[in-house]
Amino acid sequence: MATHESHKKRSGLMDWLTTVDHKKIGILYLLAGGFFFLIGGLEAVLMRIQLMEPDSKIFTGELYNQLLTMHGTTMIFLAAMPIIFGFMNAIVPLQLGARDVAFPYVNAVGFWLFFFGGVLLNLSWFLGGAPEAGWTAYAPLSTVAEDTGVDFYVLGLQIAGAGTLAGGINFLVTIINMRAPGMTFMRMPLFTWASFVTSGLILFAFPALTVGFFLLMFERVFDANFFNPDMGGNILIWEHIFWIFGHPEVYILILPAFGIISEVISTFSNKRLFGYSAMVFATVLIGFLGFMVWVHHMFTVGLGPVANSIFAVATMAIAIPTGVKIFNWIFTMWGGQIRFSTAMLFAVGFVPTFVMGGVTGVMLSVPAADYQYHDSYFVVAHFHYVIVGGLILGLFSGLYYWYPRMFNRVLNETLGKWNFWLFFIGFHLTFFPQHWLGLMGMPRRVYTYMSGQDLDGANFVSTIGAILMGAGTIVLLINIIISASSKYATTKDPWDGRTLEWAMPVPTPEYNFAQTPLVRGLDALYVEKTAGNGDMTPAEPVGEIHMPNGSILPFILSLGMFISGFGFIYSNWYVAGAGLGLVLITMFLRSIIDDHGYHIHKEEVEADIKGGRA
Amino acid sequence: MKKWLQKGRFLSLFAMLALLLMGCGDPTLSTLIPQGEVADKQFQLMLISISIMILVLVVVFVLYAFVLLKFRKKKGDESTPKQVEGNHMLELLWTVIPILLLIILAVPTVMRTFEFSADAKPASKNELSIKVTGHQYWWEFEYPKEELITSQELVLPADTKVHVELSSADVIHSFWIPSLAGKTDTNPGDKNKNYMWFDTGSKTDVVYKGKCAELCGASHALMDFKVRVVSKEDYKNWVAGYKAADDKSSANADGQQVFEKNCLSCHAVGQNGGNTGPSLTGFGDKDRVAGILEHDKENLKKWIKDPQEVKPGNNMPKVNLSDEEIDAVSDYLLGLKLK
Amino acid sequence: MNAGERLTDANFPAHPEKATLEGKNKFLGFWLFLGGETVLFATLFGTYLGLRNMHLDGPSGEELFSLPLVFLATMLLLTSSLTSVYAVLSLKQNKVRSLQGWFLVTLLLGLGFLGLEIYEFIHYVHEGHTFTSSAFGSAFYTLVGFHGAHVLFGILWITTLLARNWNRGITLSNAPKYYLFALYWHFVDVVWVFIFTVVYLMGKVG
Repeated sequence: MATHESHKKRSGLMDWLTTVDHKKIGILYLLAGGFFFLIGGLEAVLMRIQLMEPDSKIFTGELYNQLLTMHGTTMIFLAAMPIIFGFMNAIVPLQLGARDVAFPYVNAVGFWLFFFGGVLLNLSWFLGGAPEAGWTAYAPLSTVAEDTGVDFYVLGLQIAGAGTLAGGINFLVTIINMRAPGMTFMRMPLFTWASFVTSGLILFAFPALTVGFFLLMFERVFDANFFNPDMGGNILIWEHIFWIFGHPEVYILILPAFGIISEVISTFSNKRLFGYSAMVFATVLIGFLGFMVWVHHMFTVGLGPVANSIFAVATMAIAIPTGVKIFNWIFTMWGGQIRFSTAMLFAVGFVPTFVMGGVTGVMLSVPAADYQYHDSYFVVAHFHYVIVGGLILGLFSGLYYWYPRMFNRVLNETLGKWNFWLFFIGFHLTFFPQHWLGLMGMPRRVYTYMSGQDLDGANFVSTIGAILMGAGTIVLLINIIISASSKYATTKDPWDGRTLEWAMPVPTPEYNFAQTPLVRGLDALYVEKTAGNGDMTPAEPVGEIHMPNGSILPFILSLGMFISGFGFIYSNWYVAGAGLGLVLITMFLRSIIDDHGYHIHKEEVEADIKGGRA
Repeated sequence: MKKWLQKGRFLSLFAMLALLLMGCGDPTLSTLIPQGEVADKQFQLMLISISIMILVLVVVFVLYAFVLLKFRKKKGDESTPKQVEGNHMLELLWTVIPILLLIILAVPTVMRTFEFSADAKPASKNELSIKVTGHQYWWEFEYPKEELITSQELVLPADTKVHVELSSADVIHSFWIPSLAGKTDTNPGDKNKNYMWFDTGSKTDVVYKGKCAELCGASHALMDFKVRVVSKEDYKNWVAGYKAADDKSSANADGQQVFEKNCLSCHAVGQNGGNTGPSLTGFGDKDRVAGILEHDKENLKKWIKDPQEVKPGNNMPKVNLSDEEIDAVSDYLLGLKLK
Repeated sequence: MNAGERLTDANFPAHPEKATLEGKNKFLGFWLFLGGETVLFATLFGTYLGLRNMHLDGPSGEELFSLPLVFLATMLLLTSSLTSVYAVLSLKQNKVRSLQGWFLVTLLLGLGFLGLEIYEFIHYVHEGHTFTSSAFGSAFYTLVGFHGAHVLFGILWITTLLARNWNRGITLSNAPKYYLFALYWHFVDVVWVFIFTVVYLMGKVG
């Protein structure tokens, strides 16, 4: 590949460490997120083993609290969000018809910050114990804990969170500025719409968490007094800040799953999405309302009936746009020709499961009744129905759906079906009985329960279910390993897709579209399939393509943050300073080294087109 | 209003029957078998909301099952389905109907939310009032009017409205008696004191289970307490007996010596002793050792011998006592009974 | 045209900061970033408002704050915002020396502000108002300190930017950078106006 500007072609590990290509970063996010998903899942199974029988003594006290904290934290920040970012990276620019994201360098910074933050947090297991104050880290439990667990929590997540924020801004700009000609907002696929709204939520929710983490860190490392009542502090400040971030976070997670489900249901029913505009409007509305309901996590802290009632009604209101989505999905299938591929199975499993999580959500919005549900296993059941039954089923669906585009291979459908049924049945076995456990008086976050309280049976069933979910995940792993060892075996459009990401050859060229496509309607590719020759019409002549150079600086910058994190955790100011110094140096280098990227010549692009590679 | 309540009762009867078939749990712990006014009203709210929600579920599930069965791709059918953009009538329908359902739910929601907090201010002089303080990992109960302090076991007269003031000595806990009322957090700091109330119900000589419902540390799971509801007369006797009790109410002199030397600085018996640990007045009558173990000498010895083994992370030190001393002090403690 | 080339008056676009896709992206991305920063400072303000009367035995804001000093600091920062406006006007007229001059003044005023703030903090510590003395102390230093850190970062930014481009003209690649710095500096200035009002004026008035 000849270039007239400085451009080093790297290979192997160095290629992955320096890449700024959104497709590769998407894969990195997916791999790292998948790895943390396995760790978080293992933590969950260990907890269920402890709770299988009453008065069990396998993982007790502090250790159990570490497991529950790390399970929640890992699943939300290090598994779910990165996997979402993986799909957003891999798919959104393709769906827009863009060459890349708006800020490829920042994109790499975002990934490496998340990665090093996650590693830092998980190293706590080997360095004096993991955090034990819950993923919510309520003060003063989190501020009085004497070991370093919570320090790892606060610094690891602060670093990972900075990466997320960078990613959010990146996708907002990409979607606003880099749509192909004809790709108006109201022609964007639903997944891209969901990514757009999610990125907006990240932008406005994460800075609150950033401040929360700074306050918690100052309290622990520099003896500040925000949450210390003896020194005039107020513990409720943390709860408010955490949930002002925390509730939008729930929608940050679920909206992309809504997007995936919309794509999959539409593709496999061979029908356009029913009520597209209503779906878009509902997505935006859910995102907006997501910021005004945080107090429903705090009904029992004593904010008074006025606050509780207002937030109760606001919470109920979210059920309306969500309901619109459910019915639109059902009516997308209505009159269609449903093909039950694995991706579709997960989507089909998603809808009723999510509805069940939704209705318990409405039940929880009733403050006077929530006094009974709050912090009981009923809540545990509810949010797992939403997050596992909603988000994770959605992500699995997306994985099977986009795997051919991302990895140029199709996952085995038979194993896929085993994966689905084991996971789906296991899921309901695990979490359905937990509704009852909560109503029968079992608080959440307990490491044991005594026999003789009628809690034994449901807990036993729940553990069996968790083991089935684990088995389902193992089948997925086997499926991935088998596919990785097989040859490229895919056509560019295995599912008879409707959107732009299926319009390119496999493997996707590094510049995506050789010629930016002209979009002529919603479901751009489907429009061409029915009204044209099945190929996208180019919006521009073949020409030179400008590409960004790879860089190792994002990796080094994040490494610097990682090092300074250690310094703050152990109050070693030299190490902290050295790490931050490294960060500043990379920022400095980035600003003084002129890097205008390189160009791929017209002839090369033409050769690619001729050879069927573009 | 009345009609609505009656409907609620009818509904609750119906749902109780359904739930009984599946099992509703322990009658002294389950929110599904409410025993007092507050828990009962909360249960009714649960029933109203779940009834509306089951209606939604049924509609969605039936429609969904129909779609999945009817619109599978048939072999050899290569026709293209009609691409439908949407349907304004339908979309309006599934926006308006949920709004109506939610309004139906919102009315009792707001009503009850205000009702439960209306009386949650500090009690007037004539009402029964208690102050609850959460500690890692035990509960302190103060009866301001009766001027006595107990721990771990709340003794209350039946058919009485109880006003509760809640606070915490360390981290956040949450005070929950599922059979009688939903939970309220106990927050550290004077600014964040909470108030609630509940009704003790009509049953007497029954012990309800209480739980801590906010993660508070290593032994959060073991932070149980008991609520013993007795007749009004028994309650009066209990108060009198409790106030009369002193550290000589147990006949074990050796044990008493050990106790005074090693335990009294933290634990009170009668008017004597410190207040960093739970009061042990009338310990012999209690239901549990350390809030969780069966109330016998074996368990008491086990607890004194190594408190961390029983309740990890708790603040009771492992006092260096010989086996004989532990034996004696256990006998002494179990002998502390109210008259 | 190469983005690194010096622009001439002949080919100078009306909005050099938004003339390339890269510039457009940076422009929009930075506005969004400032949106996030707004939430960050809003959260800090919220925390401060919740804790500002919790000074325990230490001095209260009313006893501590000296309005003349803070007023001087405010004036310095407001003026620096104005000079950065002049710098951007020079940018749009392709007057690189004038741009550099105005940004140098901005930089000096920013340094002056920072100096006053450091002096002020040292003074407070002597009065017994420290980061750990009370919740008020923690909240005050965190809010005002976060702003101070933003000023410091801005100073480092403009220094690097000026030094790196001292001998270059205005190009399509550095025009967005100058412009974004000015935007950032205005934002920092606006936050200070809120701090001046919420912390100092309200602290004095009670």
